[in-house]
Amino acid sequence: MLLLTCPYCGVEADETELTPGGEAHITRHGAGANDDDFETYLFMRKNPKGVHFERWRHAFGCGKWFHAARCTMTLEVFGTYSGQTFEPPKTLINKIKKKRPDWEGFVK
Amino acid sequence: MKRYSAFAIAREAFRHHAGWERAWRSPEPKSEYDVIIVGAGGHGLATAYYLGKNFGITNVAVIEKGWLGGGNTGRNTTIIRSNYLQDPSAAIYEKARSLYETMSQDLNYNVMFSPRGVMMLAQTQAEIRGYQRTAHANNLQGVTTEFITPERVKELCPIIELGGPRYPVLGALWQPRGGTARHDAVAWGYARACSDMGMDIIQQCEVTGIDQSRGKVTGVQTTKGAIKTKKLAIIVAGNSGDLAKMGGFRLPVESISLQALVSEPIKPCMDVVIMANTVHGYMSQSDKGEMVIGGGTDGYNNFTQRGSYHHLEETVRALIETFPMVSRLKMLRHWGGIIDITGDRSPIISKTPLGNCFINCGWGTGGFKAIPGSGWAMAELVAGGEPRELASAFGLERYQEGRFIDESVAAGVAH
Repeated sequence: MLLLTCPYCGVEADETELTPGGEAHITRHGAGANDDDFETYLFMRKNPKGVHFERWRHAFGCGKWFHAARCTMTLEVFGTYSGQTFEPPKTLINKIKKKRPDWEGFVK
Repeated sequence: MKRYSAFAIAREAFRHHAGWERAWRSPEPKSEYDVIIVGAGGHGLATAYYLGKNFGITNVAVIEKGWLGGGNTGRNTTIIRSNYLQDPSAAIYEKARSLYETMSQDLNYNVMFSPRGVMMLAQTQAEIRGYQRTAHANNLQGVTTEFITPERVKELCPIIELGGPRYPVLGALWQPRGGTARHDAVAWGYARACSDMGMDIIQQCEVTGIDQSRGKVTGVQTTKGAIKTKKLAIIVAGNSGDLAKMGGFRLPVESISLQALVSEPIKPCMDVVIMANTVHGYMSQSDKGEMVIGGGTDGYNNFTQRGSYHHLEETVRALIETFPMVSRLKMLRHWGGIIDITGDRSPIISKTPLGNCFINCGWGTGGFKAIPGSGWAMAELVAGGEPRELASAFGLERYQEGRFIDESVAAGVAH
């Protein structure tokens, strides 16, 4: 079972206390966007084998949305961070790079 | 290939069973093929088989990074049904179901297809209306289903508890010609038939790159060297994203783990397949006597191929209400398979932006039942270069065009 620390209330919550929200940092194209961008926003997902940035909600806790970085192959959690950001914090990226030298890095 | 028959068994009995041969060859790859299929699961092998049988294309290699049928083909709960709401889904699943009926004779391999009937319980008012609608749609589509009363449910499945405190059984969608089959045998039977047609099934060979020139496929790089091909079919379920990346295109697919479990074997107690979508569990009894139970998916992307205990608990907790006897069973094994989920919960059988490269993926939680139909449609696509009727609605372009095959209500939960 996954254990994620909610960056807002500091609780180390297990997976049953949280709701997964899918891939994070997606550009939300709206009215006026071309078909490609809109399709990308709605359906295209990176689905990586390895480092994945994703959204979670502390549903049975403080109720807030936050972000997490996790490995989809090993389920290792690299860290969690605020929901109020468009990209992962530099410190977290550096930490992941140290652990996974082959990782291509964060791609928007 | 020596045919399997009662006579063959008698003949072998007289010579200490020394005359059985390997069911399929394990050759080294040739330098070039007409068609390379990546993925020797049910869908890949079925595609190869129908390419040979329906189109006479036999210079084919099926490449598998693990072992044949070792992915989701060997990890599902073996349910076969075609009671879908949308026309394109009903058509392809019904094609598959009908092919299952004659598969053992067709392949000369006993796939143990058992049309024991599949029942989807209605446990809320919304489900009653939903399944009545599906029954009407199925009648128009030529798929035999009916909506049955709780009394009939009890008659068909005496171990069920109709009056559950939370979710009483209010009726069911009943497909009498649905059922189960031996999942491994489906892969093995196709593999044997393909090998007999001269196709090469190459296991333990991982594709590491896709060669292309001027927008068209020319071959693949593998752990057993480069192999040239005129056409490439990618049929790798949860790994589709990886192969698409090698081909230089994207897919609207996410991979997650879906799990199942089996109990200790017990005497026959249930001769139908029952699915309960509201509480999210489904159960049938295997020929060995184990209760085969399907559970939930993880809510997040992963490639771990293992189960998680809280999902097991949820599934079994829900089943105990409807089948109280389950509470006395010991569970023996649980496992997970990596399924590829698309945006509209329907599969993709499509051309790709890369010329002569075709993809079949996105079967999500319900691929096993579709194997022969999917292989049939994919063979049509690969052989002719354009999808025919069965596959025409399942193109990749539908996500951009907003032309979804929305089965998420009818089937997005339990398959």
